[in-house]
Amino acid sequence: MWEYTDAVRDHFLNPRNVGVLKDANAVGEVGSLACGDALKLYLKIENSRIVDASFQTFGCASAIASSSVLTDMVKGMSVEDALAVSNKDIAKALGGLPKEKMHCSVMGQEALEAAIRSWRGEPPVPHAHEGRLVCKCFGVTEEQIVKVIQENALVSVEEITNFTKAGGGCGECLEDMGEILKNVLAGGVSGKSAVGAKPVLIPDLRKSKTEAAPALSNVQRMQRVMRVLDEIIRPRLQQDGGDIELVDIDGKEVSVALRGMCTSCPSSRLTIEGFVQQTLRDQVEQDLAVREVSQ
Amino acid sequence: MSGAIRYFDNNATTRVAPEVLEAMLPFLQDQYGNASSMYRFAGRSQSALSKAREQVAALLGTSPEEIIFTSCGTESDSTAIYSALNARPEKKHFITTRVEHPAVLAIGQHLEKQGYAVSYLSVDGKGRVSLDEFAKLLNKETALVSMMFANNETGNIFPVAEAGALCRERGVPFHVDAVQAVGKIPIDLSMLPIDYLAVSGHKLHAPKGVGALYVRRGAPFRPFLRGGHQERGRRAGTEAVPNIVALGTACELAGRHIQEENTRVRALRDSLQSGLMASIADAVINGDQNNRLPNTVNISFKYVEGEAILLMLDQFGICASSGSACTSGSLEPSHVLRAMGVPFTYAHGSLRFSLSRYNTQEEVDFVVEHLPEIISRLREISPYCGFSDDAGESDVCPVSR
Repeated sequence: MWEYTDAVRDHFLNPRNVGVLKDANAVGEVGSLACGDALKLYLKIENSRIVDASFQTFGCASAIASSSVLTDMVKGMSVEDALAVSNKDIAKALGGLPKEKMHCSVMGQEALEAAIRSWRGEPPVPHAHEGRLVCKCFGVTEEQIVKVIQENALVSVEEITNFTKAGGGCGECLEDMGEILKNVLAGGVSGKSAVGAKPVLIPDLRKSKTEAAPALSNVQRMQRVMRVLDEIIRPRLQQDGGDIELVDIDGKEVSVALRGMCTSCPSSRLTIEGFVQQTLRDQVEQDLAVREVSQ
Repeated sequence: MSGAIRYFDNNATTRVAPEVLEAMLPFLQDQYGNASSMYRFAGRSQSALSKAREQVAALLGTSPEEIIFTSCGTESDSTAIYSALNARPEKKHFITTRVEHPAVLAIGQHLEKQGYAVSYLSVDGKGRVSLDEFAKLLNKETALVSMMFANNETGNIFPVAEAGALCRERGVPFHVDAVQAVGKIPIDLSMLPIDYLAVSGHKLHAPKGVGALYVRRGAPFRPFLRGGHQERGRRAGTEAVPNIVALGTACELAGRHIQEENTRVRALRDSLQSGLMASIADAVINGDQNNRLPNTVNISFKYVEGEAILLMLDQFGICASSGSACTSGSLEPSHVLRAMGVPFTYAHGSLRFSLSRYNTQEEVDFVVEHLPEIISRLREISPYCGFSDDAGESDVCPVSR
């Protein structure tokens, strides 16, 4: 027997805004019959404001309640504000969810994001193919895992399962999830920018950790830094609508400036330290330091 | 919530029969003597244990010396399985089925880690095992076979007589988890080639916290609990006299009601099943309708999720259960339905109704009156309903275990 709040019971037994919204111009769909829950969210957006919302949900009581409360929440919101709605906001609006059911609130947030993406003409799921698939049973990518860890301050693998379902099937990825968690907690992975956090290594640049790396000349270092920026780092940031510019290389200090979406990204510091610097260290030299300059 | 409870979850647990409560009460009140003590006051506890042992033995068609009282069905299963394995430590092959209760399945998984080869007998779409496949699994290394008498989710009855005979031919001990079968169908151990058989009290109108294990005379045995001479040294620990008296009484009652179970209760179950199937579209029966417990029906409703159905039924005081992922705290639907290959479209929306002799036609009618409306409300919310018949069908989560 789950301990549901009165708000969950109310939204489950008397769901608001059920059904197809005929004049919807934004539709987001997440989940599947196979996975046990699915949500189709319909939005009508006028002048960048959500004027109407409805849903159809296949799933348990908390999935239905999360969908219902979400439609109530977003009505009247600007698109920008709606994008800032997190799964925590949805759970909070319901007076909380059992921890095992937090994935229902995550599903709501993902459907909202997917709907707005569809309205913008973007593919429904960001980085669906780029993100490394961690949980094959429930199709959860590393990016999704990193995101819930950061947004909900998770500290255990069990919590990640509660939020994303990852690891709840065959359990083969539990170890992998533990590694991801460790990396995030150690600050080694930045959220949004570190799509599929493990960079694709350019073979001829890769330095074996055991092998003492030969000292690089200034010119060699500059060439390699530029190449890694162009071939690995920039493409990743561009996937998120951001960009990066090399400003200067002074000895082992690399100065960069973030561009595009990255400039307004609250986790830009993580992006610099966790992703840019780490990637450059992995690929070029272990003692490189990256500094962000505003320009 | 309205007051009346319509209880259709008797495979989960049962109400304590009034006669059972009456029989056990003195042993919770004045008759508290330890059955091992020497005075006459304690002797009453001792004779109550003997009577209970005879009552259990009578229901199972065996002799009282072959009955050991335990704390629950799970303890009985563990005792039997480890007993047989420890008696023949050189043999490292264990056979069970994919649809066992976790009390057995989890031991299988544990044994795998201990270096055992474990074979899980598969089932077909109706949840039936194949004896041919079973015969092929048996080999010289096989230390034990454990097969359930009847499945808790579908009610399917397993061919334990035939499987036991195959084991006996090859000298392999045979354990049967009969927790769901005892009291619902006649069991005569004098006619069955079974070495160990597990019984649970609370599934047949005794309270929780008591079980029994049948150990055939001569079957290898190693105590699971040590530290006392109780149960002739086979299960240490002061006997739970009130619970054991309750189990004995419950077994005697079960024997008396077994005809009713297979006539009146069966008819109620059939009435529930046909009533629901007639009024709800896109529903299928899970399990083998020709060979299942008289009290159980498992139905899947397409496009809706089990937990949501249960919570809506709960609004009407109707208690049932589901094999959906969301009800168990696990994230996958029932291992039994998955082993049967029930498509996810149906597995998530499965409901089990399990009746007892305390159910009435009025209660059945009440369910048949309210469930169709619940299913259609949930289907109105569902994004899949109204789609073509195979909506989402191809979208199968690649869960294979």
